[in-house]
Amino acid sequence: MAAFLARRLLGTSTSSSATLISASRAFFSSTTPIKATLFPGDGIGPEIAESVKQVFTAADVAIEWDEHYVSTEVDPRTNSFLTWESLQSVLDNKVGLKGPMATPIGKGHRSLNLTLRKELNLYANVRPCYSLPGYKTRYDDVDLITIRENTEGEYSGLEHQVVKGVVESIKIITRKASMRVAEYAFLYAKTHGRTKVSAIHKANIMQKTDGLFLQCCDEVAEKYPEIEYEKVVIDNCCMMLVKNPALFDVLVMPNLYGDIISDLCAGLVGGLGLTPSCNIGEDGIALAEAVHGSAPDIAGKNLANPTALLLSGVMMLRHLKLNKQAEQIHSAIINTIAEGKYRTADLGGTSTTTEFTKAICDHL
Amino acid sequence: MAKRSVSILTRLLTNPSSPFTAPTRSITYMPRPGDGAPRTVTLIPGDGIGPLVTGAVEQVFEAMHAPVHFERYEVRGHMRRVPEEVMESVKRNKVCLKGGLATPVGGGVSSLNMQLRKELDIFASLVNCINVPGLVTRHENVDIVVIRENTEGEYAGLEHEVVPGVVESLKVITKFCSERIARYAFEYAYLNNRKKVTAVHKANIMKLADGLFLESCREVAKAYPGITYNEIIVDNCCMQLVAKPEQFDVMVTPNLYGNLIANTAAGIAGGTGVMPGGNVGAEHAIFEQGASAGNVGNDKIVEQKKANPVALLLSSAMMLKHLQFPTFADRLEVAVKQVIREGKWRTKDLGGDCTTQEVVDAVIAALD
Repeated sequence: MAAFLARRLLGTSTSSSATLISASRAFFSSTTPIKATLFPGDGIGPEIAESVKQVFTAADVAIEWDEHYVSTEVDPRTNSFLTWESLQSVLDNKVGLKGPMATPIGKGHRSLNLTLRKELNLYANVRPCYSLPGYKTRYDDVDLITIRENTEGEYSGLEHQVVKGVVESIKIITRKASMRVAEYAFLYAKTHGRTKVSAIHKANIMQKTDGLFLQCCDEVAEKYPEIEYEKVVIDNCCMMLVKNPALFDVLVMPNLYGDIISDLCAGLVGGLGLTPSCNIGEDGIALAEAVHGSAPDIAGKNLANPTALLLSGVMMLRHLKLNKQAEQIHSAIINTIAEGKYRTADLGGTSTTTEFTKAICDHL
Repeated sequence: MAKRSVSILTRLLTNPSSPFTAPTRSITYMPRPGDGAPRTVTLIPGDGIGPLVTGAVEQVFEAMHAPVHFERYEVRGHMRRVPEEVMESVKRNKVCLKGGLATPVGGGVSSLNMQLRKELDIFASLVNCINVPGLVTRHENVDIVVIRENTEGEYAGLEHEVVPGVVESLKVITKFCSERIARYAFEYAYLNNRKKVTAVHKANIMKLADGLFLESCREVAKAYPGITYNEIIVDNCCMQLVAKPEQFDVMVTPNLYGNLIANTAAGIAGGTGVMPGGNVGAEHAIFEQGASAGNVGNDKIVEQKKANPVALLLSSAMMLKHLQFPTFADRLEVAVKQVIREGKWRTKDLGGDCTTQEVVDAVIAALD
């Protein structure tokens, strides 16, 4: 599986089938569009998804969108509001882009994110956090990637009440999942030219669980001697991140720490409205998503900021090796925000979503 | 007797007046006969920079002629258990001052810090993260007290290997401990004139465990109608801390989140080298550097003797208040804050390049 990922992501022709795939992609890119699943989501989702479609069309990206919406009834085959067809479409297309989904409250069905994660076996969540030039926060020199294990750890959901007033929650760490995410982290670092990978843990207290995670990271690190590897205890990591985020490059972590640290890093660069993310699954599935909420209060008012979904779309393009167009769109977004003339309300400006989108298209 | 002790406690626990004015007290502190007798405190220098910074405290206390007598015990992080005599000493003296104890990673040795806390039932850990005047940081108006449950939660130490390659760790939350820490947090807020208590949790995912913690906090909140209570999810909390820290006042958290939040808050307010803190239980108290990051330091700092003693000095001021010697505490705090404000003697983590000894000498010179 790692070899398949390696061929897919590195594009190096270590086997003839890989050459064939990348060659056929290059040959067909102008004629056969790549199919990608799109989940616009709820609330501001449809507006920002529209924005993404406009920008991609303006940039001549050959993607055919396969749109799916969350249904209003529970599908018994998936036990959630996501239909079986939606999931199948992602499994077939292998790439997708997801907008914010509001999980309806209630019992008897799984949360939407949980459904996606389990059915598509999305094991790593990659979130690049970099300071956007032109949008000033208290931190100017942030440029790091957080890679979080997404399937197990503290979020296994195994809790029970032992006796009245005493509750246990089980945290599970397995070698398989830890190796998987460690392999992906180092591979990502190598393919994106990153120089350092830091494994974040609390193995001095949770010796066996985080100890196993660290062991797996150690093993993978030995295979990549050119990448600097360090282990940082999570409390040190938190402090260093808020004092000097330039110390970090790629961070790889188990589930809970990853959740907290990736949100902390998003806060350093300006919040969830500007942060892209991508979930990686087995067999090379990549589902890019905007992690902010569905903001029902501004839904339909053309005020939403599409940056997060656009940047996630760029991540998706990079995964598809359409690097030229990814770079084009990325620069357009950065320049638009840096210019400062067209900014949506959450960045301190007065533009509408459509004006912002048009500005990006103009910058292409 | 109760009324008088409450007013003494109130003044003991509030911070002294601004260092810009000469230290004046508005109410005379009337000690009971015999209050001036020296108290014995167990001193554990610890590992790494521990001996350096505890040495700093000893020097300053001597210069102040503080009525504190230290009983020193050597404890190292790689020991299997805290020696019996050390535990006896802490139980006898009731108060302990310690440097950092390194817990070796994956070494099969359970944390000595946790052992001390569990055996002495020191259930509340407190870190006061506050902007120190003179120390320029990216964030202003930070004044957060993180109160963290210290004995259970993720640090219960109950782990086992199910089959090779699959390991489980149990996180235990009990109503008893959650209620205890919630009650301590609200009482602290009440006695220190704090307006808001925020409970930090992840109950959307860990519904039963953190749900139980939240339930306990809500119940206790009802008994303190004058204090605002709200709840925040831990990942959102970290984001808000780096964006708008002024919205937080007192935060009460279970064990692991408390560790992260305390270190994050300490980092934004100036670094863990400056923040005071302590651990307290019903009968015993242990004072050490507030947040845990860097409390052992690294080899380079130890060699060059450039550890920052400020955090431990401010924590020992908290200890002096706890021991009911408020004037000594005030003098120490004013001196330390003056040294930081002047900015001439600062260690590397605050942007300077001094050794520990130079900072200590500056503090002693600033004592009035």
